[in-house]
Amino acid sequence: MMNTRQTRIKAEAARLSAIFIDAGAIPVETACLQPAETLLDLYGEDIRARAYVTHDPQGGEMMLRPDFTVPVVQMHMNEGAEPARYTYNGPVWRKQQAGSARAREYLQVGFELFDRSNPAASDAEVFALFADALKGKNLRAATGDLGILMAAVSGLSTIEPRKSALKRHIWRPKRFRQLLERFGGGAPVLASRAALLEAATHTSPADLCREAGNHVGLRSIEEISARVEKLQADAAASPIDPAEMRLLESILNMREKAPVALENLRRIEADMPSIGPALDRMEARLDALATLGIDVQALDFEGSYGRTTLEYYDGFVFGFYAEGRADLPAIASGGRYDALCEVLGQGRTIPAVGGVIRPELIEAMEVRDGD
Amino acid sequence: MAIKLGVPSKGRLQQSTFDWFGARGVDLARTGSDREYAGAVKGVAGVELVLLSAGEIPRELRAGRIHLGVTGTDMVREKIPLWQESVAEIALLGFGYADLILAVPKTWIDVDTLDDLDAAAAQFRRDHGFRLRIATKYHALSREFLRQHGVADYQLVDSQGATEGTVKNLTAEAIADITSTGDTLEANHLKALKDGVIHKSQAALLRSKSASTNEADDKILKALLDQLTR
Repeated sequence: MMNTRQTRIKAEAARLSAIFIDAGAIPVETACLQPAETLLDLYGEDIRARAYVTHDPQGGEMMLRPDFTVPVVQMHMNEGAEPARYTYNGPVWRKQQAGSARAREYLQVGFELFDRSNPAASDAEVFALFADALKGKNLRAATGDLGILMAAVSGLSTIEPRKSALKRHIWRPKRFRQLLERFGGGAPVLASRAALLEAATHTSPADLCREAGNHVGLRSIEEISARVEKLQADAAASPIDPAEMRLLESILNMREKAPVALENLRRIEADMPSIGPALDRMEARLDALATLGIDVQALDFEGSYGRTTLEYYDGFVFGFYAEGRADLPAIASGGRYDALCEVLGQGRTIPAVGGVIRPELIEAMEVRDGD
Repeated sequence: MAIKLGVPSKGRLQQSTFDWFGARGVDLARTGSDREYAGAVKGVAGVELVLLSAGEIPRELRAGRIHLGVTGTDMVREKIPLWQESVAEIALLGFGYADLILAVPKTWIDVDTLDDLDAAAAQFRRDHGFRLRIATKYHALSREFLRQHGVADYQLVDSQGATEGTVKNLTAEAIADITSTGDTLEANHLKALKDGVIHKSQAALLRSKSASTNEADDKILKALLDQLTR
C-alpha cells in the first residue's frame, strides 16, 4: 500500500506532467541504466562521486540515470524533428556525501525544448512555463547567464590559451580564481618553473626531457615540448590588465534585479565590447519574458549563478527556491545547454533549453507550511 | 565477551605494532606456527588478538566486530566515509609513515604542480581523445583531492598493486600511490608533484564507536587504553 506522502508526491508529479503535456510536450521515457562511458566522457570523474555506478558483465560500466537530459538529447538526435518539446516523469539517483540527509532517489518532472529559430523566445517559454506550473507556491526565482561570463572571458585582452583555460574552469570557481590570479601576475613563479624557462632559452625541450631521465608513458616528448612552448608564450605575455580584472569581478559579483543588472552590464560593455551580443540576447529574453506576463522588474539576476552545477549550462540559467527554506535545494532548475548538445552531437549544433521540477520538495515544503 | 584488538596480520607493520604495545607493557604474540593467523595478548586479561589484513581493519572497526584496531590513517580515510563518526583515533603510533602522493614521469619537465597536471590533462584529452589516466587504489581520497583542487579531464583507473609500473606499461599516464622513501618512484622514472601530497599517513590505534561492550568489557577497555596512552 502506498503511504499518503507517496500519494501526494505522485499526484504533484502528475499535475506537473499534465501542464507540460498541455504545453505541447511529447511524454518520453528513458532507461534507468545508462552506459557510463557517455556520462563519464561528458562530466569526468566528478560524475562518479554523483552517480551510482554498477557493472554489467557484458555491457561494462553502467550508471543509474543521474538525470534525463543526456538520454533525452540522444533520443532527440536520433529520431527527433525540430522544433520539439519533450516531457518526462521518473526517478533519478544521486549519490550524496556521507552523512548528508539529501535524497538519493527522487522524482524529476522535466521539460526540454529543442528549437533553433528564436533562442530568447525559447528561454522565455521554458521559464514562463515553470513559473506558471509553480504559481502560488511562494517561490523565489533566481536567474543568471553563463553566456555573458563566457563572452567577458573571450573579451579579455590576453593570449588565447589563457582564455580557454578560464572558460574550461567557469564551473570550478576556486580554480577559476587561481587562474585569474596567475594570469593577472599575482602569483609567484615557482623556482623550478623559472629554471625550466631559463634552460629552454638555450636547450631544446626534447633535450631537456632526455636530461630529465628515461622517458616512460603515452604522453610523448612532442606533447611535452609543445606544452613547454606554451609555457614560454605564457611567460612572455603581459599580465591581464587590472582594469579588465575589475570588470570581470563586477560581472561575477553582480546581484541585482534583472533590468538593473542589464543597465549595469551595458555600462560595463562600454569598456568590454565583447559582451554586447550576449547582452542583446539577455535583453531580448527579458522582453520575451515580459510579453509572457513575467514581472521582470522583480526578477533576481546573479552574475555567478549556475557556476556550481555540473558542467552543463552555458547560457540562460534559472532556479526556483522555497522562501525561508535554506535547508531545501532548488525546487526547480534549468537552463540552456547548447554546448552539451554539441558534444553529444559530435559537432552538430542543437540549441536546447529545459529544466526539471522535484515534486518531493514541493511536498516537503507544503507539509511544513501546513503544520 | 572480550575486547577484540585487530592488528595487521603480517610484515613490518605487525612487528612495529607488537613493539609499540610491548613498550607499554602489553605483550602481543603470534601463537602456533608462523603461518597460522592466531595470536595472544599477555599482560592484560580479557583482550583477544585478531590478525587481519591492514586494509580490512577499517571495515571491521566500522562494523563494530573489533573494538580496537591498528592500521594506517590512509586506510581509515579511504575506506570509511565520514570516518570520525564511526571510529576514534586514540593515538598516532609514530611508524608506518607513508605519503599518498601524485606522481608523473620525470620527463614531464613541464609538470611540477596540480595546476600543470590539469593543463596537461586538458591537452592530453584533445590529443588522444580520452581522459588522462591516473592509476590508484585510493579512489575516494584521490577523487576528493583532485575535485577540491579543481583538476579536470582525468580519469581514475584501478590498480591494486605495482602501481608505479602502470605508466611504463601504458595503462596509465600518472599515479596516486603510497611512497615512503621515493625509491620505487625513482626506479620507475617517476617524480612526485610538488603540491600533490594527498595524505600523510602513519599507523594509528583506533577505537570502534559501535562495537558493543558490557560492564566488564568497559573496565578492561579503560584499563588497556590507560596503560597504552599513559
